Amino acid sequence: MTDLGLIAAISIFTAGLTVAFGAIGPALGEGRAAASALNAIAQQPDAASTLSRTLFVSLAMIESTAIYCFVVAMILLFANPFWEAAVEAARQGAGG
Amino acid sequence: MELTPDSNIIFAVFGIAVNATIVNTWIIMAILVATSAIITRNLRPDVPPNRWRTTLEVIVNGIVGQIAEVTDRPDPRVLYFAGTLFLFIVTANLLTVVPGFHTPTASLSTTAALALSVLIAVPMFGIGSRGFGGYLKSYLEPSFVMLPFNIISEFSRGISLAIRLYGNIMSGAVIAVILLGVAPFFFPILMDMLGLLTGVIQAYIFAILATVYISSATAVPESADTSAIEKETS
Repeated sequence: MTDLGLIAAISIFTAGLTVAFGAIGPALGEGRAAASALNAIAQQPDAASTLSRTLFVSLAMIESTAIYCFVVAMILLFANPFWEAAVEAARQGAGG
Repeated sequence: MELTPDSNIIFAVFGIAVNATIVNTWIIMAILVATSAIITRNLRPDVPPNRWRTTLEVIVNGIVGQIAEVTDRPDPRVLYFAGTLFLFIVTANLLTVVPGFHTPTASLSTTAALALSVLIAVPMFGIGSRGFGGYLKSYLEPSFVMLPFNIISEFSRGISLAIRLYGNIMSGAVIAVILLGVAPFFFPILMDMLGLLTGVIQAYIFAILATVYISSATAVPESADTSAIEKETS
């Protein structure tokens, strides 16, 4: 397998793995947060507005870890620095 | 596929390339300033408020209420700072539905600049309320061992602010583009609606986090009072 093919294969595989593992933790955490918030709303319906506001903020903060993984996967797929370097090296090796 | 509107050069002035991010930021600034200027042009007590002015008052009152719920001592300067951040980001995020408009918040340079302004504003508010020594002393709490961690947390909170906003908005755009190739008719619209929701929530979170950081920097330390009481009792 050529260098370019190897870089492409590993990048694509790792991008999928990054999103997969990066989605597990935030999914569990968001589930726990939502369940606790629903419990709290069931106990104190008067505080529902404060609780849901806090829930939204904390959900977005939990979700940002998944977003970091997604950004890394996107960089691997569409803006891979190793890919650019390998393409540049191949072009220079071909005498271009 | 391009991830950011940074590579899209609109024109060049004196050899400085002006890309789509900067131009779209100017467009959003022009929209915000022109709307506010036109609505508040007849701002006199004898003129009855029309529906536009009422809309603007509802928005500003909502921001004031949210800030008052987060901070214990409301400060009008926090309203100017966090409210401007919120209005800019929410306008930029809502304009993603306009075809051909690449929102500037989908570029890491814009969000990094916004996070940098928060990073600079937090020490300024802290120094303004506690004095220079008092603010520096807050890095030594609870003990001087925590000094490097306090400094690291200051920078990591800026990085997370920038990447959170950028990742959310960019992922919405990228997923819509990918789904356009897979299931072109109905699904991208649903994802765009989800993107509108996350855009508003992210703008809210950015402004709220800026407010929380500022209010934690300006808060009067409680340990001073308790240590004085301890001295009296001992």
